Amino acid sequence: MNKDILVVIEHIRGEVADISYMMIAAARQLAETTEGEVLAVLMGSGIENLAGNLAADKVIYLEDPQLANFTSDTYQQSLENLIRENNPRAVVLGHTSIGMEVASLLSAKSDLPLVSSCLSFSGENGSVKFTSQLYGGKILAEGLIPEPIALLTMVPGGYKPEDGQSSTPPLVITAAAPQFADLEISVKQYIEPETGDVDITSEPLLIAVGRGIQLEDNIEIAEELAEAIGGVVCASRPVVDQGWLPTSRLVGKSGYQVKPKVYLTLGISGAPEHTEGIAGSETIIAINTDPAAPIFNIAKYGVVEDIFDLVPVLTEKLEES
Amino acid sequence: MNIVVLAKLIPDLVEELEIDDSGTALDMTWLRLIINELDDHAIEEAILLKERTGANVTVLAPDIEGVDDILFTAAAKGAERLIKIVGDYESGVNNHALARVLTPVMKDLQPDLILVGVEAHEDLDGSIGPLLAGYLDLPFIGYVASIELEDGKATATKEYPGGLSVEMEVTLPVVLGIQVAEEPPRYVAVSKVRQAMKTAEIEELEAGDFDLAGGPTIDRMYQPEVSEGATIIDGSLDDIADSLIGIFKELGVQ
Repeated sequence: MNKDILVVIEHIRGEVADISYMMIAAARQLAETTEGEVLAVLMGSGIENLAGNLAADKVIYLEDPQLANFTSDTYQQSLENLIRENNPRAVVLGHTSIGMEVASLLSAKSDLPLVSSCLSFSGENGSVKFTSQLYGGKILAEGLIPEPIALLTMVPGGYKPEDGQSSTPPLVITAAAPQFADLEISVKQYIEPETGDVDITSEPLLIAVGRGIQLEDNIEIAEELAEAIGGVVCASRPVVDQGWLPTSRLVGKSGYQVKPKVYLTLGISGAPEHTEGIAGSETIIAINTDPAAPIFNIAKYGVVEDIFDLVPVLTEKLEES
Repeated sequence: MNIVVLAKLIPDLVEELEIDDSGTALDMTWLRLIINELDDHAIEEAILLKERTGANVTVLAPDIEGVDDILFTAAAKGAERLIKIVGDYESGVNNHALARVLTPVMKDLQPDLILVGVEAHEDLDGSIGPLLAGYLDLPFIGYVASIELEDGKATATKEYPGGLSVEMEVTLPVVLGIQVAEEPPRYVAVSKVRQAMKTAEIEELEAGDFDLAGGPTIDRMYQPEVSEGATIIDGSLDDIADSLIGIFKELGVQ
């Protein structure tokens, strides 16, 4: 019976991503049910120091120059090898720009079942139940993790990063990467973030616009409010994808993580891709016409109104005062 | 240069979602389906590449209600070839099953480039792009925001969090998961779509049996409970605005 849980540590340019610690926290819980160990897999070149605070029973460190930068093919081949050697009960990856493609490639190539978007796990009598987040966070799905080996990708929200960190360094076993075959992808260069006119990660008051803003011209109502109150306008993905605001204003999974005193959302539904970036906000205030919008689950204050009715009134009052 | 784009229809999240009587699936009766937004970006990126390089664009989609509209819209934007995969989708099809069905189809089409939205909000068994790449034994790069084609290679810009991107070079053929097209998806007038309906032809291919292996079984589906939830501020617009200003003051941002 397979027992151990492999966790694929994500890191970009020398920094461990928060999701890695959340995955270790989840793996600790899984390993308790399966009575196995948590084996963290760290792949890279000259980054052994990143293993230092991982709350894993063991860290398998694959050191290879070809693993210096992430590519899906080297990760997939390394993991295929490690799964064969270790026979784990589950392999946990991030539901991210790194983990998601590796998990799906592995599933197809090694014929292993895959459950994605896992938010949390719970165990009973040796079997493990997953809870996954679907349809923009509007629906949860539950089921049993397939046997004997399952690939799992995780979204943030169910576990705290602190619970995957330890002040005692884990046992690190350095191993060689497998002989890579037929590598087709090579990393040319990194492109640094655009430096915008403002740094939204250090602003105390952010006014966020989402799909509900409907038209480019409507962004003006958010800009006017921002001016009246002394805040800065930022946005969720659809608004930036339309080219209505620059990438420097993008908040969420693929954008910036922000931590303002107040995060005021105008017509944002609260899909997980966005809310991932606002967990560090002190107070979230949401305005949305849909009372069932998931944003109200994480907001401290909510207003169920049309932003086009309410915001101009709010702006006018702020200008008067 | 042949580009094949894979597009899927998925529930429109603007609508209210309900669970069916089995308690394990969405009630599809009144559900409005729309093209996966990221697939729409994949179509746009393919058309942009066609305009730059003269590539041929084929758009492929499962035959779900509304598929003709998205295919004819793609034709109106410039896609040459439209294919729908006909099959029994009623009992639920996952990405593993779809990827298996598409594997021989793709082998026949011999694309240099396969583009697909990097994810869909209904994916529970991984995303279709890398699954397909795995079955086809092709490389995969996801979260792509721009593509350059030259000498049998593609240079793709992959997005990481925090505005960081990386440029990766890959040998063709390749499957790329699109996060965003280089330009927002173009608008096409209804009259052009109507014209495409008259001139373009949708080819049909049989899916055959769906093999769902590789995806989990859902025992229960439900809407998350509102745990604590927000304190709802109501009243007239004036009252609400006053309350909000009060809260801003209390929190020290006004």
